Amino acid sequence: MMVSEKTNPAVDSITGRGIPVRGNDIDTDQIIPARYMKVVTFEGLGQYAFYDVRFKEDGSQKPHPFNESRYQGAGILLVNRNFGCGSSREHAPQALQKAGIQAVVGESFAEIFAGNCTAMGVPAVTLSSQDMLQLMETVEQEPTTEIHLDLRSNTLTAARQSFTFSLPPAYRNSLIAGTWDSTSVLLDNLEQIHQTAARLPYVDGFAAGV
Amino acid sequence: MSKNLFNKVWDLHKVTTLDSGQDQLFIGLHMIHEVTSPQAFQMIRERGLTVLYPNRTFATVDHIVPTADQQRPFADALAEEMMRAIEQNTAQYGIEFFGLHTDYQGIVHIIGPELGITQPGMTIACGDSHTSTHGAFGAIAFGIGTSQIRDVLATQCMAISRPKVRRIEVSGQLARGVYAKDIILKIIADLGVNGGLGHAYEYGGETIHDLSMEGRMTICNMSIEGGARVGYVNPDQKTFDYLQGRRYAPQGDAFDEAVDFWNSIASGPDAQYDDVFHLDANTLEPMVTWGINPGQAIRVTEQTPSISSLKPEHREVAEKAYTHMDFAEGDTVKGKKINVAFLGSCTNARISDLREAAALVKGKRVHADVKAFVVPGSKQVARQAEKEGLARVFADAGFQWRGAGCSMCLAMNPDKLQGREICASSSNRNFVGRQGSPTGRTLLMSPAMVAAAAISGEVVDVREFMREPVAV
Repeated sequence: MMVSEKTNPAVDSITGRGIPVRGNDIDTDQIIPARYMKVVTFEGLGQYAFYDVRFKEDGSQKPHPFNESRYQGAGILLVNRNFGCGSSREHAPQALQKAGIQAVVGESFAEIFAGNCTAMGVPAVTLSSQDMLQLMETVEQEPTTEIHLDLRSNTLTAARQSFTFSLPPAYRNSLIAGTWDSTSVLLDNLEQIHQTAARLPYVDGFAAGV
Repeated sequence: MSKNLFNKVWDLHKVTTLDSGQDQLFIGLHMIHEVTSPQAFQMIRERGLTVLYPNRTFATVDHIVPTADQQRPFADALAEEMMRAIEQNTAQYGIEFFGLHTDYQGIVHIIGPELGITQPGMTIACGDSHTSTHGAFGAIAFGIGTSQIRDVLATQCMAISRPKVRRIEVSGQLARGVYAKDIILKIIADLGVNGGLGHAYEYGGETIHDLSMEGRMTICNMSIEGGARVGYVNPDQKTFDYLQGRRYAPQGDAFDEAVDFWNSIASGPDAQYDDVFHLDANTLEPMVTWGINPGQAIRVTEQTPSISSLKPEHREVAEKAYTHMDFAEGDTVKGKKINVAFLGSCTNARISDLREAAALVKGKRVHADVKAFVVPGSKQVARQAEKEGLARVFADAGFQWRGAGCSMCLAMNPDKLQGREICASSSNRNFVGRQGSPTGRTLLMSPAMVAAAAISGEVVDVREFMREPVAV
């Protein structure tokens, strides 16, 4: 049963400058502190990205790539291991996206974070530690370096260097097909949803067999 | 070789395979709270969609709820706005809402089980990473983001890839003063905060079998802190006994039907796993964190690690941790002065946790330099604790007795650390800034260890504390 024809823009390539945020195990509380989640919309979250690691309590700046003018306008976030661990808050990738981030490249991602990114059309792709280090150094030395991600070939190019990245095939497929916003895809199977519910004994309170 | 519980439940709930290669999984129970759901309701409204199975979604409020003064409107206008949003959304779509006006409000992962809404063999989703808690009942429970909440509201399904399943086999007897919290902190310390990436954890073995349902919930709760989105325990007689008679559990003949189903989904003795990890519980000691993630945990008697002894990939975070905590390598956490003792959270604010802590503080006084408070996990826990006289024991000892909520676990409410305060906490995360002060410090430990620290004014070994004579 076709409920909706709505598809999203295909995300098959992204081009932009990079912004390296070094460190392993950067949790979503660091990406957006909980106090900025007291909102009923995701609008305006961009200003709070990495807030407590960017600003002291008196509002003055701490050293952080998001405060550096040379990285302003960058669209590709470069990170290390287990980025986005902890809380499931989608506010974290939403804040990054609203701060201009269109893709995240890292050594590894927490599972919920990577799922949230994909559901927003933001690819979260992984490189080996060695490649990641090289890419970060390249961008730190030359922040104007243009990075290009091609999701069809799993290739990242930056300043004549080429890297092969990994992206779970299902995420890759849904980004390329423009079905990363999964609601309409799931609703297309409405009959099967009801059939599945009907075979689960708890859905009717175990009444059927009584 | 037979299927494990995870794969049985997955297959039962699989609607179809999507073009992307992901499975479309039916979600049998959806729980929502005020922080991560309003944007999802907004999205379904904008698309002209509705809630497909409103009777399979339950709502409560926990994150932003003040635990001291719960009068409406809340003093915090933003919190009040979030409160109104969930009231309006649940009313508009006919979703059962356990608000502050009911007898059943509480932390979402505490009320699901205590109301019997959480049951074995279900798929469960909630916009909260500690949803893994519900796995203690033999359900497979996923923490999800807001876009997925939108999917579950509109379709009662998620698009998701099947993870691997790791069996975590725990054998041996826990010594006195050692608890479920210590088991899970040890597992995370051993396997790492990202060791569970791409895996569901099945916890089993005689030690897990012997735990109460509350203890099993504590373990499953912190699966995500080890990188595993899902953690579960196979259901057994203890599970069924816990559920029988609860408000939303099947009643009468339907309960017997349910038990047959629940037994049928458990992993058999010859079930297959992608890998197995063994832990010996006989040698466990009380655990405490020294750093800024839950994997940075050691035995309370142990020295903090030297950075050079750590694996290279752990050194950078260890350096950050020592700087933030202002601790030295080779120091012990035991003996560290504390400013705050927090007994609460979805990890450890159930009645058994409060009983254990109350027994330790009875007849004693909170140290003069410590602000101590107890935040029961739900109104039902609070009522039970008041009935048993535990609330009185805590109050007499100098603890503040609060209303139910997430409180200082994540400080989205008035309960926050101030400045550089150090908190002995029964919660689940010691991330920088987690408890509301960007410079505040958190030491994770069991509720008994928190109680002992509150009285002593510093981190102590609860096993020694238990041996001290009661002050007259």
